[in-house]
Amino acid sequence: MAEIGIRALHKAFDGADVLKGVDLTIENGEFISLVGPSGCGKSTLLRIIAGLEPQSSGEIWIDGANADGVRPSARNLAMVFQSYALYPHLSVFDNIAVPLRMKRLSVLERMPLIGRLMPSLRRAERTIREDVERVAGQLEISSLLKRKPGQLSGGQRQRVAVGRAIVRQPRAFLFDEPLSNLDAKLRVHMRAEIAQLHRQLKTTFIYVTHDQAEAMTMSGRIAVMIGGELIQVGAPAAIYDDPSDIRVAEFIGTPKVNAFPARVRSDGRLEALGHVLHATTPSPAGECRVCVRPERIELGASGLLSGTVVHLENLGSEAFVHIGSAGMNAPVVARVNDPSQLPAIGAATSYGFAPEAIRAFDAGGKRIATSVPSRIERPREMAIV
Amino acid sequence: MSDAIATLQEVAAAPRMRVRIFARSRTAGRSRAAYALAAPALILMLMMLLGPLAGVIALSLTDYQLGAPSFSWIGLSNYQEMFADRVFWISLKNTLTYVAIVVPGAVALGLGVALLIQSGTGLRSLYRTVYFLPVMATLIAMAIVWEFMLHPQFGLVNGLLRAAGLQGHSWLQDRDTALYSLCVIGIWQATGFNMVLFLAGLVSIPKHLYDAAEIDGAESAWARFRLVTWPMLAPVTLFVVAISAIRSFQVFDTVQVLTKGGPSKSSEVLIYTMYTEGFEFFRSGYGAAVTVVFLGFVLSLTLLKSVLGRREVHYA
Repeated sequence: MAEIGIRALHKAFDGADVLKGVDLTIENGEFISLVGPSGCGKSTLLRIIAGLEPQSSGEIWIDGANADGVRPSARNLAMVFQSYALYPHLSVFDNIAVPLRMKRLSVLERMPLIGRLMPSLRRAERTIREDVERVAGQLEISSLLKRKPGQLSGGQRQRVAVGRAIVRQPRAFLFDEPLSNLDAKLRVHMRAEIAQLHRQLKTTFIYVTHDQAEAMTMSGRIAVMIGGELIQVGAPAAIYDDPSDIRVAEFIGTPKVNAFPARVRSDGRLEALGHVLHATTPSPAGECRVCVRPERIELGASGLLSGTVVHLENLGSEAFVHIGSAGMNAPVVARVNDPSQLPAIGAATSYGFAPEAIRAFDAGGKRIATSVPSRIERPREMAIV
Repeated sequence: MSDAIATLQEVAAAPRMRVRIFARSRTAGRSRAAYALAAPALILMLMMLLGPLAGVIALSLTDYQLGAPSFSWIGLSNYQEMFADRVFWISLKNTLTYVAIVVPGAVALGLGVALLIQSGTGLRSLYRTVYFLPVMATLIAMAIVWEFMLHPQFGLVNGLLRAAGLQGHSWLQDRDTALYSLCVIGIWQATGFNMVLFLAGLVSIPKHLYDAAEIDGAESAWARFRLVTWPMLAPVTLFVVAISAIRSFQVFDTVQVLTKGGPSKSSEVLIYTMYTEGFEFFRSGYGAAVTVVFLGFVLSLTLLKSVLGRREVHYA
C-alpha cells in the first residue's frame, strides 16, 4: 500500500525531452492508468517510478519518503513487463520464488553448493515454498509450477509474471503494457482478471497502456499523457465525456470523436460547416473545432447537416455509418444502435446532433465552455436548428 | 435415387484414386531426383571427411612407413607399442594438462573481457579489435615474438622482472616451466576468440531480464550475473568450452616453433608426437595410431557437447 507522488518530473534522452514536467499524486490503493499514444513517455515515467531509470530533474515520493537514489528493489514495488521478462532457465516455481529468495536468503545461502550446507536454508526454503504455492493457487497455475516458461502459452506466462509480482507483497504494482502481447480474446479476459486482482489486493496499481479500452475498463482514474505531458487526469467517465483538450477527446473513444471545423461568431454563437449551432460560448471570436461523439450523431431527415454514406461497419450489436460531408477531411462516424436500419452505401443522408453533445475546442486545442441558451428566450432560432 | 448416389460417390472417388496413383509415381520420381541431387554432396563428404578418417584408422593397423613400396597388416601392434611407450603417456598427460589449464583460463578471461567491454560505453570497437588481434595473427609468427619476449637474456618478460627487482627465468628452457609458458601463450591466443563469441551471446540477452532482476532484488552485479547473465550465456559457454578444448587438443604450432617438445619431453603433446613419428621417423602406421587416440578425444568432446546441449541448455 503506497501513496506515490510525482513532482515536476523531467526526463531528457540525449537532449530530447521525453517528460516535460509531470506532476501527479497517486492515492493509496488506487488503480490508475497512464494512457497515451506510443512515444508519449508513459513507459519512461513508469520506469522512473520503478527506479530503473534516473530522472533528469524532479522527485518521486513513495509513502512520504523521497525515493531518489533508492534502489528499485528497496522501493518494494513490483513490475509486470510487456514481454513478461520471465527467466527462461528457471521453472515457474523458481521464477516466482526469485524475489523471495533475493529478499530472505543471504548471499551465502544463495550459493549453489555452499548454500546447501547452511542449516537455516531449509527453514527459509519451506516458507518460500508455502508462499509460492499460495500465490500459484490464487492464480490457478499450481499445475504449471514445474514447467519452464518456454512451455507455457502467452496467457499462462502472463499469470506467472503476475505471480512473481504479487508473491512479495509489494507496496504498489507497476504494469507496463502487460496485455499487448496477448490475442484480443485473452486480453479482454485478462482485463477482468487484473481488475479483480486489484479489488482483492487493494494495493496501488499503476497501469501503463496505449489501449484506451484497457484504461477505460479497469481503472479508477486515467492520466492521459501526450508528448511528455499529463494533459488530463480524472475518472474514465469524466475523461470521456468532459475532455479538456482535443487530443484527449480524439485519443479516448473508438471510433474516434468527430471533429468539425467551426468558428466562434462575434455574437458568441458557434458555427460549424456554415451552419449556426444552437450553442454559445463566452470565448472570443475565431477559429475553433466542435467535437461530437459518434453515439451522439443522429441520422435522419430532421438533421441539419447532410452527406453521403461512404462506408458501413456492422458489428452485430451496433453499427457505424461513415458519412462523407463537404468541408470535412475525414468521414463523420455515427453509431446506429439497430443494425437492421442501416442506409445503403452511396445513399444521401442527413444528420445532426443535440447542442448538449457539443464539446468545443479553440485553435490551440484547449476546451472552451459552451452553453445551450434556453429555447424559451430565443424561440426564433428553433426553426434554424 | 440410391443409384444416383452411388454414381455420385464413384465420380467423387475417381479423381481421388487417380491422384493417389499419380502421387505415388511422383514420390518415387521425386525421391530418385532427390538422391541424385544429394549425391555430389554425399560423395564429396565420403571422400573428403569420412574417407580420410577410415584411411587413418586402417593405416594405424599397418606397419606402413612413409614412402615405403609395401606394407603389411599387423593388427593392433601399433597400439600395443604405443600404450607401452613412456613418451606417449608423457605426451598424453601434457596434452591433458595443457587443455585443463588453457580451457578454463581462456574461457574465464574471454568472458571477463567481454563483460568489461559490454559494460563500458566508449572505445568498444577499439578494445574488441585489440583483443581479437592474436586470433587474426598467424600463431607461428606470434610464437617467434613470444620466443623473443621469453628469451632468458634480452627478453621483455625477464627485463620487466629484473626492473621490478625479481629474478628472471629461462621460461622455455626449464622443464618445470616450458609447458606452462606454452599454456600462457595458448590462453593469450584463445581469449580474443572466446571474447567475440561471448560478446555475441551478451548482446542477445534481453535487456528486460536485467530490469526484472533489478526489481526482484538482484542488487549486486554478481547477483545479476548469477541470475541472468550466466544462465542466459549457457549455450554460448558450452560452445566456447567445446571449441576451446578441441583447439587446445590440437596445440602444435607453438610447440614446434618454441620447444620442439623439450626440454626432455616436458612439453611433448599428442599432435607433436604424431608429427615426429609420422614425418620425422616416417613411421606412418604408428603416427596414425596416435592420431586415432587424438580423434577419439575430440570425438568424445563433440558428443559430450551435443548431449549436454540437448539436455541442459535448451530454453525455447
